[in-house]
Amino acid sequence: MGLQAYLTLAAVVFCIGLFGVMTRRNTIGILLGIELMLNSVNINLVAFARYLGDVTGMVFAVFTICITVAEAAVGLAIVILLFRIRRTVTADQLDLLRG
Amino acid sequence: MSADVLAFWVLAVILVGSALAVVLTKNLFHAVLWLALALTGTAGVFLLLEAEFIAAVQLLLYAGGIVTIVVFAIVVTERLVGERLSQTSRRIGAGAVVAAGLLVVLVRAVAQQRVPPSRPEMPADLTRVLGETVLTRFVLPFELLAVLMLAALMGAIYFARPDD
Repeated sequence: MGLQAYLTLAAVVFCIGLFGVMTRRNTIGILLGIELMLNSVNINLVAFARYLGDVTGMVFAVFTICITVAEAAVGLAIVILLFRIRRTVTADQLDLLRG
Repeated sequence: MSADVLAFWVLAVILVGSALAVVLTKNLFHAVLWLALALTGTAGVFLLLEAEFIAAVQLLLYAGGIVTIVVFAIVVTERLVGERLSQTSRRIGAGAVVAAGLLVVLVRAVAQQRVPPSRPEMPADLTRVLGETVLTRFVLPFELLAVLMLAALMGAIYFARPDD
């Protein structure tokens, strides 16, 4: 398979994740969409690293995986905190900052 | 059809199918399980790209860690409410249009690029080279990453601490 096949696959998964982020009402569902998007970026990084013969892309993939885990931990902590304050995790009802 | 091509298409179908299930299924808990399948499929893609170490990290950190955290968050937030685990979507039409439009742009951009046609030789012990690169050329980002993760986890613990 050529590089373009992997890039296309990553683009498809990225767009599915974007769709999830835009349409989900539940905050945890939105986070799942973000995970899909970040995950598809890793496919791109590793594919480029493999087809360019440069290990840098794989190093970046390791870094993004670690950052994603940190993001998930903080994001879900915020969700739990929001739930404690507002008793809901639906994004539409989280309008504390609306003027 | 060679084994590589067949494996790629099988993984592509698994990945796209489970990704669609993540964003479309009603039950939030099922969505997380589909996400676990999608992340595992991605690990398979990494294996096809001969990146064994990345595949292992993907399985351990992503499919293991994130799914566990998300399930924990669902249990904490949903069980207390006492509602079912269902979730709804809104503005599906607009979301589909935007996502499809971006997909067309991305695929066209990918198709127009001149890309290297074949895979160059990689070092045989890729994991060793990866580790050496991380600890020499990328040692500063690596240390910053350690600080970031410490800060993130301390922040998460602080946020999620029980009320006293």
